[in-house]
Amino acid sequence: MIIDPEVVTLSRMQFALTALYHFLFVPLTLGLVWILAIMESVYVMTGREVWKRMVQFWGVLFGINFAMGVATGVTMEFQFGMNWAYYAHYVGDVFGTPLAIEGLMAFFLEGTLVGLFFMGWSRISRVAHLLVTWFLALATSLSALWILIANGWMQNPVGSAFNADTMRMEVTSFAEVTFNPVAQAKFVHTVSAGYVLGSMFVLSISAWYLLRGRNVDFAKRSMTVAASFGLAAALSVVVLGDESGYAVSENQKMKMAAIEAMWETEPAPASFTLFGIPDVENRTTHYALRIPWVMGLIGTRSIDKPIPGIANLVEDTKGRIHDGILAYDAMLVLREDKNNAQAKAILAAHDKDMGYALLLKRFMDDPRHATPADIQKAADSTIPNVPVLFWSFRLMVACGFYFIALFAVMFWQASKRQLDKRRWLLKLAFWSLPLPWLAAELGWIVAEYGRQPWAIEGVLPTALGVSSVTTGQVWTSLGGFVLFYSALAIVDAALMLKYAKKGPEGLGLWPPAEPEPPVATVAAHAGV
Amino acid sequence: MFDYETLRVIWWALLGTLLIGFAVMDGFDFGIAALLRVLARTDDERLVLLETIEPTWEGNQVWFILGGGAAFAAWPQLYAVSFSGMYLAIFVVLVAFIMRPVGFNFRGKIHDARWRNLWDWVLMASGVIVMLVSGVAFGNLFLGAPFQFDDNLRMTWQGGFFDLLHPFALVAGLVSLTMLLTHGACWAAYKADHVVADRAVRIARWTTLAYVVFYVLAGIWLAYGVAGYAIVGPVVTDGVSNPLHKEVAHGSSWFASYMRYPWFWAAPVLGVLGALGVQMTVGKKQLGCFVASTTMVAGTILSAGFALFPFLLPSSLDPRSSLTVWDASSSKGTLGLMLAMTLIFLPLIIIYTSWVYRVLRGRVTLEHVRQSGHTY
Repeated sequence: MIIDPEVVTLSRMQFALTALYHFLFVPLTLGLVWILAIMESVYVMTGREVWKRMVQFWGVLFGINFAMGVATGVTMEFQFGMNWAYYAHYVGDVFGTPLAIEGLMAFFLEGTLVGLFFMGWSRISRVAHLLVTWFLALATSLSALWILIANGWMQNPVGSAFNADTMRMEVTSFAEVTFNPVAQAKFVHTVSAGYVLGSMFVLSISAWYLLRGRNVDFAKRSMTVAASFGLAAALSVVVLGDESGYAVSENQKMKMAAIEAMWETEPAPASFTLFGIPDVENRTTHYALRIPWVMGLIGTRSIDKPIPGIANLVEDTKGRIHDGILAYDAMLVLREDKNNAQAKAILAAHDKDMGYALLLKRFMDDPRHATPADIQKAADSTIPNVPVLFWSFRLMVACGFYFIALFAVMFWQASKRQLDKRRWLLKLAFWSLPLPWLAAELGWIVAEYGRQPWAIEGVLPTALGVSSVTTGQVWTSLGGFVLFYSALAIVDAALMLKYAKKGPEGLGLWPPAEPEPPVATVAAHAGV
Repeated sequence: MFDYETLRVIWWALLGTLLIGFAVMDGFDFGIAALLRVLARTDDERLVLLETIEPTWEGNQVWFILGGGAAFAAWPQLYAVSFSGMYLAIFVVLVAFIMRPVGFNFRGKIHDARWRNLWDWVLMASGVIVMLVSGVAFGNLFLGAPFQFDDNLRMTWQGGFFDLLHPFALVAGLVSLTMLLTHGACWAAYKADHVVADRAVRIARWTTLAYVVFYVLAGIWLAYGVAGYAIVGPVVTDGVSNPLHKEVAHGSSWFASYMRYPWFWAAPVLGVLGALGVQMTVGKKQLGCFVASTTMVAGTILSAGFALFPFLLPSSLDPRSSLTVWDASSSKGTLGLMLAMTLIFLPLIIIYTSWVYRVLRGRVTLEHVRQSGHTY
């Protein structure tokens, strides 16, 4: 059957919308929870009430955000079945496993402990509470690990093979799926990005308190933690991002070429285009400002390996489509005649290219009838949106370097105990608040939009993965998401603002009275 | 270690375990949410009732998330067909699931009666929706769903939202609703201040009664009014996971497996005995009532699963496309690996969950809520 392209477009829009929305909350959870763990460790080690109040205040904001993360996360799990049923069938054997392990190993721990983090202050000992916080932090990062193993497999589908009897991909080596280099690189890059975001959150809000001269000691201490953690995280996000880039260049050459707007293969080592206007129609980049050698060094870590350009990759793809058609044909022969030895041999030789034949399904029902023109069209369809990738990537990287600089300066100020001396720096820190979100979302756009037209790179085209649902159904859910998510965004932002403005003193957490007030009251005032 | 057939049966049992885990652990949260304004009349009372589940509902909900993940990994076609086929019904459930975390967290963040009332209603609606719709969806499993596969195993579904509302499915929805309302009321009776607990006792008496009526009605209807499905010809239990390799006949009895394995009758008996236990123990407002309602929930779900076996989701449109335990599973390697993971982590989950419940033991009183000046 021919797939309705409108259902594909709508389903993709819905997935992009809900995934990008979900990731507004995830990185803050990932980062903030470690900052809470650090602060609480200081509290338990020094016994100073100040630090506990810091955990409790930032904990309130953490809680608001956590609820949104959980709420929007359910959508992600539902959606593979609702909107991407053929995808779910085709790769569930491989892709479903990390998701299930995420639940078993990480999300259960996270969900069970989060209640005690808020309500446990008066019920368990200090050390037990600290352990709860640490395990909560560990669980959130483990959660990210398994999700990114699943996502890494979409970018680089290792450890699996096509099974013609069941018409799906099946696991051949779960170790390969788990230790997929792309997944590992993505994991460290993504959690680091979360740590940067969490640090910026604390840094910016604290800067705002300092600008107003409110609870200065509280803000300075918070800022010191944020600046140190943020600097380490910002360094690691850039270094590990580079690792991620290297992993991409190894197995997603088209994505790499698109990010660089590299239309033709350059002699090695390739230059890095710092600036330019990619022109899709003429397949060229205008006003390109190139730095020699840099791209070759980053992409291949050598000076003699070339990085293939888009035109060459399209030519390679045509070859793989041809091979894919052979595999597809052999599969159909085997369906009628189970023991056809010749077909078995052909399928075994070419089943790795089966996905390339499926690229043709967007244009025709039976890939075997493809003309050279169809094959050209299918090969051309593997070029992602070059200008979007080119710019998203550059903006993201620019943000990354800016974060290193900002956190380094703030760290320097903190170590000189001059955090409240330069107002312009505090203003800069405050206005930088949205940037890590921007960088994180751009990162996902590069990773996922850059993966198109594939759902699973080289295995399953996105268009083929959709469910057999009607446009009316997807319009309904898409409309519903826009409506509910917008309403929730407003409520979430309003609550965050309300509680950030109230500040620790507004919640009765500051200044810490001596001697210590009854613990239960404090937790309650935090409104958790 | 295990052969393919055994692994499939184990994963069928684990799917049932996760479903029961979800219904038992998350079910009472839904019941409480749905009864929020019925059991608790003042804001303080509502704070009490909410605090009985507030610290733990999040962990409880992971039973559901894990159930979804496990279905995706172990029964990919079941996950794909049911979620895409019942698209709008699932979307409604999803919205209910989205509104719960924010409802619990945001309700107390602003001191304003209208704000809190709004979230009360949101929580109540989300509770009712999930309980009702999951029951209706379960009922539809017996009726068969209008789907079929093509040769590439792409599924098409011919029906919309309203086709799910068959009267039998609606009764199944009511079974689910009354069962989990009872379960929630038992938790409230055990855990909440006596003012609230006393109301919960009265509610539980009525909902258990309604549950028994609907459950027995559904059973009789299933015996005389709903035709069963059966695999005809040789049953291959360790073949490839491709539903199109078998023949299925529609017109047999859903009680066939009960005839073959008489011990299956233990499940419905447990369901009804559990209900009886609730009636007998609820007045004491102790843990016993919750144990009884847990038995009721487990017995009910088991009885349905036993009747369906080996079917997971029969197809009314093209019976051959029906999903069964023998042809809708993941590969042997995946089932084995997932089993190992479950054996490692499920005991750990049970241990730390039990610890958390132990830490939080004790009745939540009005006095406690007023003293701590709770600003939920």
